[in-house]
This record gives sequence, C-alpha cells and structure tokens, in this order.
Amino acid sequence: MNNRLYGNLIFELSKEGRRGYSLPRNHVGNYEIPASMRRTKDAELPACDELTVVRHYTNLSNNNFGVDTGFYPLGSCTMKYNPKINEEMASLPKFQNLHPLQPDNTVLGVKALVLFLEQALCTLTGLAHFTFKPYAGAHGELTGLMTIDNYHRSRGDMARKKVIVPDSAHGTNPASAAVCGLEVVEVKSMSDGTVDVDDLKRIVAEQGDEIAAMMMTNPNTLGLFEKNIPEIAELIHNCGGLMYYDGANLNPMLGVCRPGDMGFDVMHINLHKTFSTPHGGGGPGAGPVGVREGLQEFFPFVSPYNGNFCVMMRACAYILSLGAEQIKNVGPLATLNANYIKESLKDVYELPIDGLCCHEFVFDGLKDKSTGVTTMDVAKRLLDYGYHAPTIYFPLLFHESLMIEPTENESKETLDSFIAVMRKIAEEAKTHPDEVKSAPHNTPIGRVDDVLAAKHPIVTYRAMKNDEMKD
Amino acid sequence: MAKVIEGLFYSESHEYLKVEGKIGIIGITDYAQKALGNVVYVDMPDVDDDVEAGTEFGAVESVKAASDLISPVSGTVIEVNESLEDAPELINQDAYENWIIKVEMSDITELNKLMDATAYEAFCEEQK
Repeated sequence: MNNRLYGNLIFELSKEGRRGYSLPRNHVGNYEIPASMRRTKDAELPACDELTVVRHYTNLSNNNFGVDTGFYPLGSCTMKYNPKINEEMASLPKFQNLHPLQPDNTVLGVKALVLFLEQALCTLTGLAHFTFKPYAGAHGELTGLMTIDNYHRSRGDMARKKVIVPDSAHGTNPASAAVCGLEVVEVKSMSDGTVDVDDLKRIVAEQGDEIAAMMMTNPNTLGLFEKNIPEIAELIHNCGGLMYYDGANLNPMLGVCRPGDMGFDVMHINLHKTFSTPHGGGGPGAGPVGVREGLQEFFPFVSPYNGNFCVMMRACAYILSLGAEQIKNVGPLATLNANYIKESLKDVYELPIDGLCCHEFVFDGLKDKSTGVTTMDVAKRLLDYGYHAPTIYFPLLFHESLMIEPTENESKETLDSFIAVMRKIAEEAKTHPDEVKSAPHNTPIGRVDDVLAAKHPIVTYRAMKNDEMKD
Repeated sequence: MAKVIEGLFYSESHEYLKVEGKIGIIGITDYAQKALGNVVYVDMPDVDDDVEAGTEFGAVESVKAASDLISPVSGTVIEVNESLEDAPELINQDAYENWIIKVEMSDITELNKLMDATAYEAFCEEQK
C-alpha cells in the first residue's frame, strides 16, 4: 500500500475549501430546527475532494483482514463466511428504508419475517419463544438473567440472587450477572475441562435456596461437550434454579442437539456468530433470547425498539438458503474441521486436553518451550503468512493458550495450508527463533507496542494533536 | 524459574504476604507477574477500606488479561502503593519490592491457611 500518500488520517489530508460530497434529495420537507438544538460553531469535519476520500478509504480497506480476505480461525468468535445472498437480502430498499417508529400496519411483511425467524430458532433450539430486542450477546445474557430474576420475584422467591458460573466461562457471564445485581458463585472444572459435578453438588447443598440460575456454555470454552449435562440440569432444577445456555458456542450443536432438550430454560443466540451475520469491531450484532413455555411473560424491557432488524434478515437468509436438511451439516462439519487441525498439529503444539473436541480447541503454546518462542510470537508470525491469528491467551486456564476455530466453511485445501504454515512456524521457532520473535515482517505495520497502546491510548485526532503539542 | 522468597506467606491465587508485626504487606508473586506479562494497570482499594481473606480487593491488568487480586488476610488498608498508579510496570521489574497494599491484620490465625516458601514453590511446579 502507498503509506506515504494515503497512510495519513483523513484529517491530515484535509485542505480548506475542498468539497467531495453531495447530499441526497430531501424527502421530508423543510423544518426549522429550534435554536436550542442548533450547533453554535461548525463541526470540525475534514475537507477533502472525492478522489482523495476514495483513495484514502480504499487503501485503508486493503490493509484490513476479513473473512473475505483469508482464513480467520479466531477461536470463540465463530468467524464463519457471511454469504453474499445475506447482504443482498438485507439491502433490499423496502427493508432498508424502514423507520423503527413506523406504524405496525405498514410493516406486516417485516413482522412475518421476524415470526419466521422466531419459529426457525425455536425449532433449532427446542425452546418456545424468542425476544429479538437484545443488540448483542452480552445484552442477551443480561436480558436472559433479568428474565430469570423476574421469574423468581414473581413467585415471591426473593432469596435467589446467586448465579453459578464455571471457572472456564467467558468473562461476560460473571459481568452480566453483576450488572443484573446477582452474585457469582464459581464452580470448578475437572482436569478434562468440564464442570466438576461434585463441586456443584457441594454448592447446591450449601446454597441451593439462593441459586437463581446456572450459566453454561456447551460445548464449553475449551470446545468440549459437557457430558454430564442431564445430571447438572437436574441438580439445578431440583434446588429451584433455572438453567441458562450461553449461545456463544451453539455452532457445533446446530442440527445435532438442542439446548431445550438438554434441560436449558433460557438462552441467547449470537446471530452474528452461528447465523453468519457480519461481526467484529463492535457490531452490529443481535442476541435474541429464547425461553421455555411460560417464561416469556417475564421478558424485561430492555429496549423500546425491536433489535437490529437487518441482522435478523441476514440470519433468515442464511437459514433459508441452507434449508432444514443442509443446516444439519453445519455442526458436524465445524467439528470435523477443528478435530482435523488438532490431530494434525498436536505433535508440535502442546494439547493439554486430548480427545475429541467440538468446533474449537486450545493448544498451550508450542510443545518445545525451550526456544523461548511464545504464543504471541506464533500469532504474529501467522500474519506474515497471510492468516488471521487465532485467539490467544484465552482461556486463562493455560499460560500460553492458542485457541483455534476453523468453522464449517473451509475447504480441506485451506485447512491443509494452515496446518503446513503452523508446522513451518514450529520449525522456525527452532531454526530461526529471532525471526519468529520479531514477527510480523510482511505486514504494513510491524510488531505494535501493546503496552504503550494499553497505557496511553490515543483514539481521536484532537488527542493526537494535543499529545504532539506536549512533546 | 520464578523467584520465591523465604519468610513470606503465599496464597494459591499467587499473592504474597510479608508480615511485620500486625502489618501485612501484600503484592503478587514473581510467578504471577511472569504469567500475566506486561502489567499496564493496577486497581487498588482506598486507605481505610476493609479487606477480607479470600475475597477480591483490586485487580491487575496486563496486555494478556485482567486478574482479580485476592486478599490473603482480613484487615484494614493502611497504605496503598501510589507509585503503581503511574508506573504499574514496576511490578514486572520486581514484584516483591513493589508491594500493592499494606493492611493492619485483624486475625493472625489466618496465616495458618497460607503456604510457606517451600510449599509455594512446589505449588507453582504443580501448575505447569
């Protein structure tokens, strides 16, 4: 890329008096904006001609890495391919130009589509009702926990304020519980990474009357299926609590088994993961919450609107283009791909928990640690070879976690080339460790100083100018 | 190999406790510092806050992860290490020199539940 001309910020390319925009035709008429709501001085917007803007953003986009550019095995994030038909459907003008406050009788088609999506999700999860208001996964978790809290309160059972969360859970689980005003009780994992049922029994025996719910991700954060799930669900139900399913890892279950059948009462789905809508960089997401029959009356008020509709449309397009038969292949293929990579690399990367995984698995760094090459170095070196790095240093159960999730879409050729590169890096760690430790070398920007970025973040042009003045 | 110092007490969550009379000086161990990597932020309690053995009193954030600080003993905070506010990386330079809080301990018997240097060294070895 041409860093010299276009690696600048758009503000730095600004020249007073240049114009590169044209406003669309006014459809709504002219209205006087009250003086109290008008700006008192001009917005500090960059002034650039159209060509400069086009080159600037095109060059920036060339520096981006997306699932359309290459393999993106970012564990726990399910970066599956987003089929282009989804985008076509979501950009249909009759859907795109809707207003969230439009009268109901003018959006009957939209409502029919939402109803279709609800029925499809119910069929796939074994639950009875969904609300589409939550805007993302963590918002869904909060909505689900508030639903559970409302349910307990409605029965006058005010003592149930504790939520059991496995120590391997995603950080959002305890965070959502805390925001909901609930207390987190951690249940231990066994050496194979699954929930320690004996520890759970102890918690239930000691605090059963105070348990509002247990939150679980199945398969769990290590990509392992919780085999004791019927026993766990029974323990929680018998003490009066509800079972919450974190849909973060729903992908490998798709078409194979259903949270509703495993004994879960409430769940959220990350449409942007399992149902192939774009994500990364903060959205737009969608985290619909599903419940067992009877719990729908306890859905809380979390938004006056009805969620990110265009994300829901994309999920509908995905479900309809696969159809009832093909969608059953999603989970098994995601599982097959992950196991294929795991088995092909476990002789050179440390696999702490051997055995079948689901859609993802975790290595604990390189097998040969004597070279001093860390998981961070391996991740950076992968960028040199044109791959997005896997998730690193999560989960916290291991020191050198390297979490790989290939998703179901990738061809055997892609998996084989990734495996070859991972093996090559393991070899380089022995023969040229310094080259790996100083990677990446082939990217527009080399190894970034993440300590400085964390301690001294500069995220606006104004802050950058202020910072320069200080120096 | 992580450094372990004789004469200190250690918790399973990798905090150390140095006892000077009724005063307990609390920080994270060299093992913890190494596992966390570059520390970028330390969240500390205020002076006069009460801490309870086995519960969280702050957090250490590194480029890899944020990790709760668990107090090895109960008591009242009498001093926090303010130099960590501007220079959290001091913990990486010397975790034992750069303590996090000092507390006036309320129950000396709690020390019995902590590990000594030999036990902690063995505990760290097991973690690998």
